[in-house]
Amino acid sequence: MTKLTLDPNLPVPDDAYALLIDAHEGLTKAESDALNARLILILMNQIGDADVIAHAIAAAKR
Amino acid sequence: MTYQDRYPLAFRLYPYHRSADQDAGGRVHHRVVIVGGGPIGIATALDLGLKGIPVVVLDDHEGVGQGSRAICFAKRTLEIAHRLGCGPEMVDKGVVWNRGRVFHDRDEVFSFDLLPEEGHRHPAFINLQQPWFERFLVERVDRATAAGAPIDIRGRNRLMALQAGGDTVDLEIETPDGPYSLSADWLIACDGARSPIRDKMGLGFDGRVFEDNFLIADVKMTADFPTERWFWFEPWFKSGASALLHKQPDDIWRIDFQLGWDIDRTAELDPARVRARVDQMLGPDVDYELDWTSIYTFQCRRMDRFRHGRVIFAGDAAHQVSPFGARGANSGIQDADNLGWKLAAVLKGDAPDTLLDSYDTERIHAADENIRNSTRSTDFITPKTEQSRIFRDAVLHLAGHAAFARPMVNSGRLSVPAVYDGSPLNSPDALPGGPARSRPGASCPDARLTDGSFLLDHLTGGGFVLLDLGAGLAPALADLPVLRFEPATEPFLADRYLGESTQGIYLIRPDQHVAARWDRADAATIAKALDRALGKAA
Repeated sequence: MTKLTLDPNLPVPDDAYALLIDAHEGLTKAESDALNARLILILMNQIGDADVIAHAIAAAKR
Repeated sequence: MTYQDRYPLAFRLYPYHRSADQDAGGRVHHRVVIVGGGPIGIATALDLGLKGIPVVVLDDHEGVGQGSRAICFAKRTLEIAHRLGCGPEMVDKGVVWNRGRVFHDRDEVFSFDLLPEEGHRHPAFINLQQPWFERFLVERVDRATAAGAPIDIRGRNRLMALQAGGDTVDLEIETPDGPYSLSADWLIACDGARSPIRDKMGLGFDGRVFEDNFLIADVKMTADFPTERWFWFEPWFKSGASALLHKQPDDIWRIDFQLGWDIDRTAELDPARVRARVDQMLGPDVDYELDWTSIYTFQCRRMDRFRHGRVIFAGDAAHQVSPFGARGANSGIQDADNLGWKLAAVLKGDAPDTLLDSYDTERIHAADENIRNSTRSTDFITPKTEQSRIFRDAVLHLAGHAAFARPMVNSGRLSVPAVYDGSPLNSPDALPGGPARSRPGASCPDARLTDGSFLLDHLTGGGFVLLDLGAGLAPALADLPVLRFEPATEPFLADRYLGESTQGIYLIRPDQHVAARWDRADAATIAKALDRALGKAA
């Protein structure tokens, strides 16, 4: 089973981060919140493993 | 003091009659007294009475109250009703349905088929007004008593006080003719969500309150909507934050609108205001009458324990859920199904009274599952926090174009029978390759047989049964009746009970749940499993 990784996993982290910031450009707070929620749900489905998601939530809460 | 009813009746089913106990000049003793003549109390009385156990049912009215209330009766409930001898009339009168559709605004975002396979006697659900469901049960009691079943339903007998804690329970009862006294070995409390018995015994009933109001408008109209459960989130017709449309018998349609928390209940129940909401939904040209309206709120909660010595709680008295998922009445009927045979076995001396502790274990397991599902549905329909609402809306938004989000859309996860995984009555699964759906603890999946009958038709005798699927069990093993079928010619049985195995033996409880299964077993193994299922295991 795939484990959650908290080590660097993106080839170009700055590019991925910029994608995220650019996606929110010009959005209101409500629109951004909605976008984030949809994005989390899509990524959760991509991960496809509730254990990994649980570990990710725990890591995010630290 | 005159005897006052609390509500008007839909059907007067058990008129008050003066019992000989009222003239006995002292406290009369009974083995089992059930308080509450609703669906759970009557089903329990019927199950016990059909097993020859004398039972007295006390109800403070003479029948069933008005209002359609619970309308969705699940397949498992119908199977239990069938076992008790009143299934066909329910299915005949009810509206059969298997499919639900969920809409967001105008768009369908999710649909489900609750019975996507053949070979079952009963559909996933029927819709039937609760008064009819209760009436069919009581009519079945009347037929059973005519044939000698010792069931005594006493209308307008109100429990005023009780004394529990010893080997018997003392009861003080009020009637139109004045008070009298009874005692019982066992008291079954089926007296509803506001259970007076629970209050009189000072027992807690804690859980979550949901801050929302729902308006029920049952309307009478002829319409050609399909017989499906239709649910809208943020409906285009804007009659509520969500809405539900569902067909009942006699051209009655259940319509439900979500109103929010801060409302004026009296104003919202004004017929003109109700009609305005319904008109928005159905359009101005549809002719209908308002049949019944009600506003409800709900809670998800249960008692810590359902058995308190000689007092046993069942149905809404023991646990309460939101209506989304039809897990209220349906779980209560499963309580009755679970309790009936155990109490009968204890009273007949076939089992120690600790068998009744397994009612606690198994039905609390089921109640927790129902509360978990019901709470999740409610959290989706009525989000508690801003973030919860943001995610809910995100799911609905995504469901329009991303298939993965559709199964997250939660308008109610509909009642399925509890599987008693981990029950002390189960023996370890010893059928390699056997299907998970018929594992120990599960209720037996129905299966059509080649002679046109169904497996569950053969499991109505009220005792334990061995099912032999090609295993060649010796005839008189463990003194249990043996049902034999040849798996090669019974495809539904082979699929649902053997899976990858070529032969199997099932030990089935009186409530049609699997107690044990093996690919092969000798008499000693079966006897041990039977002892365990009767609560005799060390």
